[in-house]
Amino acid sequence: MAAINLNLISGRSIQQGVAIEGGKEKPAYRTAAGIIELDPTDLKRLGAWKNTNVKVTSPHGSVIVKAMETSQGPHPGIGFIPMGPWANSIVDPNTYSTGMPTFKGTPVTVEVSINEPVLLGIELVQKLCGVK
Amino acid sequence: MTKTVTDVICPFCGTLCDDLEVVVSDDGKKLLEVYNACVIGTEKFLHSQSKDRVTRPRLHQPDGTWKDISYDEAAEYTAQMLAKAKKPLMYGWSSTNCEAQSVGNEIAEISRACCDNTAAVCHGTTLIAVQDIGIPSCTLGEVKNRADRIIFWGCNPAHAHPRHMSRYSIFPRGFFTAKGQMSRKMVVVDPRVTDTAKMADVHLQVEQGRDYELLNALRVALNNEWLPDVVAGITKEKIREVADIMKSGRFGIIFFGMGVTQSLSKNHNIDEAIALTKHLNEFTKFSIMPMRGHYNVTGSGEVFAWQFGFPYSVDLSRGFARYNPGDTSSIDLLVRGEVDAMFTIGSDPGAHFPISAVKHIAKLPSVCIDPHLTPTSGVSKLHVPVAFNGVETGGNCYRMDNVPIDCRKVVEPPEGMLTDEQFLIKVRDRVRQLKGAA
Repeated sequence: MAAINLNLISGRSIQQGVAIEGGKEKPAYRTAAGIIELDPTDLKRLGAWKNTNVKVTSPHGSVIVKAMETSQGPHPGIGFIPMGPWANSIVDPNTYSTGMPTFKGTPVTVEVSINEPVLLGIELVQKLCGVK
Repeated sequence: MTKTVTDVICPFCGTLCDDLEVVVSDDGKKLLEVYNACVIGTEKFLHSQSKDRVTRPRLHQPDGTWKDISYDEAAEYTAQMLAKAKKPLMYGWSSTNCEAQSVGNEIAEISRACCDNTAAVCHGTTLIAVQDIGIPSCTLGEVKNRADRIIFWGCNPAHAHPRHMSRYSIFPRGFFTAKGQMSRKMVVVDPRVTDTAKMADVHLQVEQGRDYELLNALRVALNNEWLPDVVAGITKEKIREVADIMKSGRFGIIFFGMGVTQSLSKNHNIDEAIALTKHLNEFTKFSIMPMRGHYNVTGSGEVFAWQFGFPYSVDLSRGFARYNPGDTSSIDLLVRGEVDAMFTIGSDPGAHFPISAVKHIAKLPSVCIDPHLTPTSGVSKLHVPVAFNGVETGGNCYRMDNVPIDCRKVVEPPEGMLTDEQFLIKVRDRVRQLKGAA
């Protein structure tokens, strides 16, 4: 299967906003923010159907999310993961002495990973921190 | 019977809508319906009523389970943690009221903590830029009544501030904008064709991370100087068209968001956006305003600045306030392993900090004060649930344009639950005793 290189940005989506107020322990949070929105041409390059689990890897880590066709495109070459623990597993933490991590503009590789599950939000952070 | 509470303030985003109507049961204990709020605000009010809500402090046990403890025990644990720590980090503050923030600052001063709010991952770089070159701003009321040129730069209010456009910036009919949306030109700058961009008269699909170049090119276009054919993915004709739209208005405003604060160049992007605003004032009246996220992140900055002199990233470990983002800012402190205790209130760094910083939180003695279950509460040693501010208790908050608005209490919290302020007062009194402070 093909792996594609993208520029990753993260940010608010209204579904993510509703899910955080509805409870971050719930599966709805994963449905809203455990995703990557891709341009249709990038999905095609990846060779993946919509709603396929993919592994997104950056120099700072990797995470499993569900690949969706973007509703706010076209934006070829850009992947969008809503703000949350999935995006933050892989964003660039470097603040360049401003205090602000580089949440937008992390180079990532995306590949199909059909057999790996997307973890729940709290579960993902606990696993990465070795708490559970 | 039910009763309707009117003019309720929404405690979700920095727009701080003040026209909600909430239906509550006659005894004031149950919240039944929410009118006028956006879908996110409605969810916030209704979630306070959920049956599976945690209502007592819980201590994480070594076997991974949680043990319920009393608020007094939780206050003792928190006070001991802060008193023992050499350099605790007290982070959050943006989802609580100014009264609680002020008590928190007293605790920080006694325990010589580093204090920071969610501007660290939001508009912190904006604050740096404002300190660099100032900010010509206005209130949202002026935007509603006067603005005929609206620029949304790197922000997506259709998703993040859902009622911003209907209450203030695009649709309302104001004193000098009697035709509402028809009186205004809307420009959106975003690397994606966002739902906000779809509504715009002009959308500039900037190359991600090239905002500085585009802002600078607009200033060149204002002066009618030479431009390359394409800047940041935008043709020079389009840049000149937008510069003309900006110049020809009577009152313009640039709203900007995370697209400029979190991309590379960071505070320098905002320096340039403010410089563009200043430049535009040579032709017409122009203002600029950050789209603040949490409903009281602005208030936290105000309280920090009032009490310590700086709006975020304050380090009190030497007994006086120091401010040096990059050195005294939360993420840098955590990633460098410089703090020895973590106190979180009214925010969720577990979900919204890069994971390398969260891993350090998980290793430290930690307390998380939050009504919700969150990734932060999941990795903290103590979770203290409190009443929802703005729903179950009132208090002062600041809108994104620095206008203070008093939130209203609409229902009673579950029996025996404390508010942020009540819990912090218990902690403050105990820390005072432990530290022998006056």
